[in-house]
Amino acid sequence: MAPDMLFNLLLKALLQTLQMVAVSGIIGTLIGLPIGVFLATSGRGELFAAPAINRIVGLVINATRSTPFIILVVAIIPFTRFVTGTSIGTMAAIVPLTIATIPFIARLIEAAIREVDKGLIEAARAMGATPYQIVTKVLLAEARPGITLALTLTLVSLIGFSAMVGAVGGGGLGDLGIRYGYQRFMPDVMLAVVVVLIVLVQAVQSAGDNLARRFDKRSRRS
Amino acid sequence: MTGPTKTRASLSSTKTGIHPAESMVVFEGVTKHFPARDRDAGAFAALDGIDFAVARGSITGIIGRSGAGKSTLIRLVNGLERASAGKVSVDGVDVGALDEAGLRSLRRSVGMIFQHFNLLSSRTAFDNVALPLEIAGVDRQEVRKRVEPLLDLVGLSDKRDRYPAELSGGQKQRVGIARALATEPKLLLSDEATSALDPETTQSILELLRQINAELGLTVLLITHEMEVVKAITSNVAVIDRGLIVEHGRTFDVFTRPQHETTRALLSASLGAKLPEWIRSDLKALPLPGDRVLVRLIFFGETAFQPLTARLVTELGAEVNILAGAIDEIAGEPFGSLVVSYPADPDTLERARHFYQETGLATEVLGYGA
Repeated sequence: MAPDMLFNLLLKALLQTLQMVAVSGIIGTLIGLPIGVFLATSGRGELFAAPAINRIVGLVINATRSTPFIILVVAIIPFTRFVTGTSIGTMAAIVPLTIATIPFIARLIEAAIREVDKGLIEAARAMGATPYQIVTKVLLAEARPGITLALTLTLVSLIGFSAMVGAVGGGGLGDLGIRYGYQRFMPDVMLAVVVVLIVLVQAVQSAGDNLARRFDKRSRRS
Repeated sequence: MTGPTKTRASLSSTKTGIHPAESMVVFEGVTKHFPARDRDAGAFAALDGIDFAVARGSITGIIGRSGAGKSTLIRLVNGLERASAGKVSVDGVDVGALDEAGLRSLRRSVGMIFQHFNLLSSRTAFDNVALPLEIAGVDRQEVRKRVEPLLDLVGLSDKRDRYPAELSGGQKQRVGIARALATEPKLLLSDEATSALDPETTQSILELLRQINAELGLTVLLITHEMEVVKAITSNVAVIDRGLIVEHGRTFDVFTRPQHETTRALLSASLGAKLPEWIRSDLKALPLPGDRVLVRLIFFGETAFQPLTARLVTELGAEVNILAGAIDEIAGEPFGSLVVSYPADPDTLERARHFYQETGLATEVLGYGA
């Protein structure tokens, strides 16, 4: 394939991928973060103890997470059409991506918050903190490095998931690789797609690692 | 602070002999059960009827082995745990009767420090001390004005921008103390605050607590398993064992004349003359013919100033062997102990008993050996 044509295809696919990852990442975080906080604080005897609701939310999350992504994509087509008015294209692909991201983020955030030393919650309670203050001033602040890494992992996974939404005409790098590289036997396109994906994932991961390290004061020595 | 809603007379001072007005904290018939993990086992009683008062302005220690219930006891004071029965009051306020909002305002007048410091790793020393003020909704300028003198007080002005990971254990506990004092509490709870520190650092932290108690007139209630801590700074002590206060009183009295077996056991590990391990491990509870008895003689007050050891040798008319001796200080008063042995024949024992009775010397039989 001619280099300038390849470049144009790659650029378009990259932008589609970035759009899908960014939008579903942001919406997924906005919804997944509170759910993660809830999961980490609503067990028996915890801050917002609601063991029954905790179990139900946990079950729903597990169910969503155990559905293979490609099946989720087709299974929720009616919902997707309801939200975006269409079931094909990049915007339509964002819906299943977001739905798959929410439980993923929620579980990672839950794990990051559970890492926070229980003694800090006790100390904050002893200071007269409200449950809301404990979440904002203690749990989220202390879990910030872990949450940053969780979001980094989410973005990397989203880049991978977004390769599958070619099935509903979502476009993006994965779709480009399948349609040109595989179905039209163009190894140069396939190679270019793989290289761009590798660079993209590396960039996201290092940025996330750097940020998390900057937030982490637990082992800082002067 | 929620004011006392009931009159103080409603406290049953007759039953416990406690005068609420002089007490910062009062426990009355307090029990605490935890549901058993095993369904068949029944509830586990961490506290089993505690009657005890902490005098206003005192440094009071509660000592016991781990699992004795002391952590539960101190957590009842600021409502981190709720009593199953009985009543805990702080400065006349019934803690059990408070709702969540009431508890939060109570907690702002009760500081607490912890064994593992519990500082936020993401905040500097300054910001850690500022946290309780932020929580109480104090504005930024006021926070600044109050945090700086506190860092000064605990001697950490130069570390204000350091993170906990950059501080030593003692410095972390100093930050913890400054943080506990930020809301100007009237009571400071110390939960094994020196147990994770080395002996030297422990002494400096205890010195700081004593200084705070003296300068700010703050009542300090501390729990510990370390006799050294109680000995060094408390004026009053209570010994807790299996959910019960088995002994309490002035620290000096309890330490020099321990009545309960638990107190003795706790004391022998840390106080006064210690026997070498090879003698201790050979001690028997009952004498065989020809054995010698090992006795700890305890000197304090009047008996500390009389030549009693020399007289003991004369009175017994038997070989008296000195095995160990030490002079200690408890709550600022001198206290000596001496371990001696002499033949355990009925005659000598009778003469010894008579001698102790006459002189008022406190003794404790440690055991018998060859």
